[in-house]
Amino acid sequence: MRELTFAQAIREALDEELARDEKIVLFGEDIGAWGGVFRTTEGLYEKYGPERVIDTPLSEEGYVGMAVGIAMTGMHPVPEIMFGDFITLAMDQIVNQAAKMRYMTGGQVAVPITIRATMGGGRSSGAQHSQSWHAWFAHVPGLKVVVPSTPYDAKGLLKTALRDPNPVLFFEDKVMYHKIKGPVPEEEYLIPFGVADIKREGSDVTIVALSRMVHTALAAAEQLAQEGISAEVIDPRTLTPLDEETLIQSVCKTGGAVIVDEGYQRFGVTAELAAVIAKGAFDYLDAPIERVAAMDVPIPFSPPLEFATIPDEERIIQAVHRVLEGRRPQ
Amino acid sequence: MSDFKTLPVEPNLLIEMYRRMLTIRFFEEAIFDVYRKGWMPGLAHLSDGQEATPVGVCMALRPDDTITSTHRGHGHIIAKGGQVEPMMAEVMGKVTGYCRGKGGEMHIADVSLGILGANGIVGGGLGIATGSAFTAKREGKGRVSVAFFGDGAVNQGLWYETANIAVLWKLPLIYVCENNQYTEFTYWKNLTAGEGLVARAQAMGMPGIEVDGNDVVAVYQAARQLVEAARRGEGPATLVCHTIRYGGHHVGDPGTAYRTKEEMDEWRKKDSIQRCERLLVESGIFSPQDIETTRSEIEARIQNAVQKARQDPFPPVEEVSEHVYA
Repeated sequence: MRELTFAQAIREALDEELARDEKIVLFGEDIGAWGGVFRTTEGLYEKYGPERVIDTPLSEEGYVGMAVGIAMTGMHPVPEIMFGDFITLAMDQIVNQAAKMRYMTGGQVAVPITIRATMGGGRSSGAQHSQSWHAWFAHVPGLKVVVPSTPYDAKGLLKTALRDPNPVLFFEDKVMYHKIKGPVPEEEYLIPFGVADIKREGSDVTIVALSRMVHTALAAAEQLAQEGISAEVIDPRTLTPLDEETLIQSVCKTGGAVIVDEGYQRFGVTAELAAVIAKGAFDYLDAPIERVAAMDVPIPFSPPLEFATIPDEERIIQAVHRVLEGRRPQ
Repeated sequence: MSDFKTLPVEPNLLIEMYRRMLTIRFFEEAIFDVYRKGWMPGLAHLSDGQEATPVGVCMALRPDDTITSTHRGHGHIIAKGGQVEPMMAEVMGKVTGYCRGKGGEMHIADVSLGILGANGIVGGGLGIATGSAFTAKREGKGRVSVAFFGDGAVNQGLWYETANIAVLWKLPLIYVCENNQYTEFTYWKNLTAGEGLVARAQAMGMPGIEVDGNDVVAVYQAARQLVEAARRGEGPATLVCHTIRYGGHHVGDPGTAYRTKEEMDEWRKKDSIQRCERLLVESGIFSPQDIETTRSEIEARIQNAVQKARQDPFPPVEEVSEHVYA
């Protein structure tokens, strides 16, 4: 099968859906003639024109707010947040408008918006260009949250988002755009929301990881295999809806869980997933659940400091060891 | 006595304006009563005194034009054709309400009438209105979008962001600022630098008009001029209507601590409904008896709506998880 980069897979999903549905319009900063600062919309402006691939002023609140009205009047806008950090500027429109319009009108309207936002550090971009804010949106009823890890998943999940009648937050780790390549079939496919993917099967411990951390977890699992430890790596792929069943079943099988996320640990995604596992697989847990997340500090600029804050293979391996050492004697 | 032939609007249009303004006035007075009796939960933000602005604007609109409204939105909804029965039920949290009791007093919407919702966030509807204008331009059917907002929203960033985009993209959007003089409890000039919104709009290359917001005919004529220009593809415009709310920020605030009796007496002399009644009678369209009959009829309809809403059921608790997702 041919291989695409993460960015190419995103672009292909946008391309196919723009061709399929004329109600889809893309909005964002430099996404048009320039092709996007991460090249995810490259060529789409030339193909679909300035009426479908639209350069906006640096007005996140304005164009995300417009997206709510566009969605309520029958189209499917796709606003892009260049650096996910800037999503703070559009917070009211996402949380108080998009997420609530269907509910507050008693079901009169649907609000089909796909908000594409980048996430992740590791590029020495400093504390205002490196954050991962997916947990915030998973906290809000009315929103769906997608955190793909592979080109295959990104394409199939983005196509699903572009057909979903709800506001969807689609987080793309910017380190993956051009570094991660993977098989993507030529023929059309969609991946449903709420279905976790077992990225690697194993029997000794379950590692749940999101977005780019799936690759870090897979590398850690490879090293653990050399020690004779069999780690299962589960990728939830979507946080809302969340496939709780697959997580619980895996932990029931392995007896231990390590949860990995590039978002902050405090009150973050790892806490929610740990609670889901603790409740659903309590009798099967042989050790406390371990969490590996970003340190609770602003993401630093200097590379050694930055890498210290972000989960890496070593921290995951140590967490797995703690789980296995903490295991009660059989 | 003037002749209706010299009236600046068609007699039937003036009658309809009068009926809608009166409906707003009596609806708000009924809500005041309903709230004080403890028949509705939450807060009540009333717009009695401001009737001429939403009615003047909405009478310049087509049924397929859209509006967004504010937390003080009852008047806008009635002006755009909203029905008092589901409105009354909604403010009481009943399942027969416009939003099945899930929106409430600050969030009434009837999308089928182009009412894209009142909004609890000051200026929060500006994005929705701009988005609706974007879709309208894309459809190419001459539809326009109106954003109602108050003097407080003039200082929200969303106005600047959407106005900039609307001018650049020539969107068919009318920004209607209903300046009722007080941003909650503070006089607007203590909060807004410069000459106000029209000057700010003009700085962005957007035309703007200021009118007496208690003169329904003046509001209508100004709105009509701007709406027709927007329909022709000339882009957005701003309309500032100066008016007053008779009550406080909400029922429970008498509105007397920060406003003087003299000030309010002056505004009462400019009452929109009395002016409309004088115009109707002096031009021979209505007799004093017609005025009385209209008042009784609308009063009765609203009292019936109150009684019906009182008896209507609350939503079943099973509905609490419905409508979160489509």
